[in-house]
Amino acid sequence: MSDPISSSSSFLNLKNHAKIKSWEWVGLLLVLACPWVFVSHAMLVNEIAITALFAVSLDLILGYSGIVSLGQAAFFGWGCYSAGLFAKLWMPDPIVGLVFSTFSGVLLGFVLSFTILRGTDLTRIMVTLGVSLIGYELANRLSGLTGGADGLQGVLMGPVLGLFEFDLIGKVASLYSVTALVLVLVLLRHLVYSPFGVGLTAIRDNRLRAESVGLPVAVRLVVIYSVSAGVAALSGALLAQTTGFASLDVFSFERSADVLLMLVIGGAGWLYGGVVGAIVFKLFQQELSSITPQYWMFWIGLLLVILVLVGREKLFSPFKRLMP
Amino acid sequence: MPVYPRKSSLGSARGGLHARAAEDAIQSHKASKIRGLSYETSNSSPFSHAPNMLTLLFDGVAYGMLLFVLAVGLSITLGLMNFINLAHGAFAMVGGYAMVILSKQLQIPFLICLPLVFVVVALLGALLEATLYRRMYKKTHLDQVLFSIGLAFMSVAAMDFVMGSSQQNMDLPLWLRGREEWGEAPWVLGVGHYRLFIVAVCALLTLVLQLILSKTRFGSQLRASVDNPVVASGLGIGVNRVFLITFAVGSGLAGLGGALGAEILSIEPLFPLKYMIYFLIVVAVGGTSSITGPLCAAVFLGVADVFGKYYIPQLGGFVVYVLMILILLWRPQGLFIRGAK
Repeated sequence: MSDPISSSSSFLNLKNHAKIKSWEWVGLLLVLACPWVFVSHAMLVNEIAITALFAVSLDLILGYSGIVSLGQAAFFGWGCYSAGLFAKLWMPDPIVGLVFSTFSGVLLGFVLSFTILRGTDLTRIMVTLGVSLIGYELANRLSGLTGGADGLQGVLMGPVLGLFEFDLIGKVASLYSVTALVLVLVLLRHLVYSPFGVGLTAIRDNRLRAESVGLPVAVRLVVIYSVSAGVAALSGALLAQTTGFASLDVFSFERSADVLLMLVIGGAGWLYGGVVGAIVFKLFQQELSSITPQYWMFWIGLLLVILVLVGREKLFSPFKRLMP
Repeated sequence: MPVYPRKSSLGSARGGLHARAAEDAIQSHKASKIRGLSYETSNSSPFSHAPNMLTLLFDGVAYGMLLFVLAVGLSITLGLMNFINLAHGAFAMVGGYAMVILSKQLQIPFLICLPLVFVVVALLGALLEATLYRRMYKKTHLDQVLFSIGLAFMSVAAMDFVMGSSQQNMDLPLWLRGREEWGEAPWVLGVGHYRLFIVAVCALLTLVLQLILSKTRFGSQLRASVDNPVVASGLGIGVNRVFLITFAVGSGLAGLGGALGAEILSIEPLFPLKYMIYFLIVVAVGGTSSITGPLCAAVFLGVADVFGKYYIPQLGGFVVYVLMILILLWRPQGLFIRGAK
């Protein structure tokens, strides 16, 4: 206020910086084209899009806000089961189900966000892990509703927008998921480059300083945690809707660990890191598990260890460094 | 409406969602039986003498003491050295397998196996500390988490490869198989010899540890190295050596815990991931400023787990997780701390 020229120029700077660049549009269009190009691998494309969305949701809290979470699968699982149950008990329309799951995820995230405001990294790891384990137990024990260990079966989805039935090879499914991915990416792109998003990175880098310049740290963290939970629930809902099935596996610790790895491969604190990581991870998994399906866990572990020993900044995130 | 038998492909890479979920159910059923509900599985059904409050309490305490020995190494690396080691359970698993191999295949007596297992696992811990863990102390928590999850995953897959995925059984020596009962009808205290043995060994270990940490020269060196490594090394303390020994002893204790509990805990490749949360609870709830904190937390956890699984088995591990979250929300630094830091 005291210096209108510099403040307005910094505002312009921020605005220029926040503009979606042309290469980003190209990239998003390429992603949109994937279901058309890889028709024969439609299920894989669908899977990658869902996992990418899930990784992006973790990026919001880990990469942008510095909250180490080992329980992001809780929201994924929530979205998965809520979408499955919504379709089964209430309404088979996919879009309505998706919106329902997302908002219920946001609500759950809002409630749970109060558990991650206090304490140290260890406390947050424990609490998030505990929440996902509780989710697992609930889904396992409420077998009358969720099918327990057999998984939620008999989820029949209606056609998307009343026009496109989900088909056997998964073309509609992949188009549906990829469209959702791109839409969410565009929305989040605006969010993380907004003053709100810049404030988040300030909190991540130095919480004390962010507090002293007057940022409402707790409010910001609550909001981003809720948004992240919503995105994770959205990705879980996509999985339930496109596969017509939900299993206990969605709450598992391995899922939270896998998504952490993906994010680190692609580069945390960069919106497209999750997408890149998910593509690399899934293709890697596809290749390796065709050779040794049961020891896939070993290679993941080895990758993680090497990643940290060499230094993840050096080894991966080349994608991040190339991009502005 | 047409029914589409759509293939669930997320997860099919790991052997199919269905098979996995069913397997999980069997595992968790087994685990709940093994952890708290099965009494004298070898010679009678669990219901022939229905356990009462006191018996359950004793079993809970025994289980808690075991958890303490398993987790005390973690409470030192995590609490004192501030290193988040999610692979701690892997050492316990190695201990359990070593016990099974030594006692079953090599026919070494039970009491000789225990120190042997401790030494083997401690050496493994020392090796890993010197080669890998040492570089991790200064990294960020995220790096430590990633690294130790990686190690845990590797240990799971490697154990699966070497020993197969099935659960290992232990044959207890005869003198540990019996069971005593004291008291009148409503308040009978039934004590299995094996559980009594566990309590005795764990209590002894706790006492020894407490004495070492508080009374010996090494204990002082360790506390100095943790408080300020730079000044400590300036005073001529070999900080690296102190950490190496501490880590080795911590891993060795985890291995010993795995060996002691080979009959109660299910020794299988997924052990490190299954019990990880329990170890973390002991440390996080117990706080890290003393050895009594984790001990109280472990006993509390053991009792809560056994009671929860006996009286409300349909909730499974639910009780413990909810309690943990509530405690951590109430006191993020743990229950037993001297002054917040």
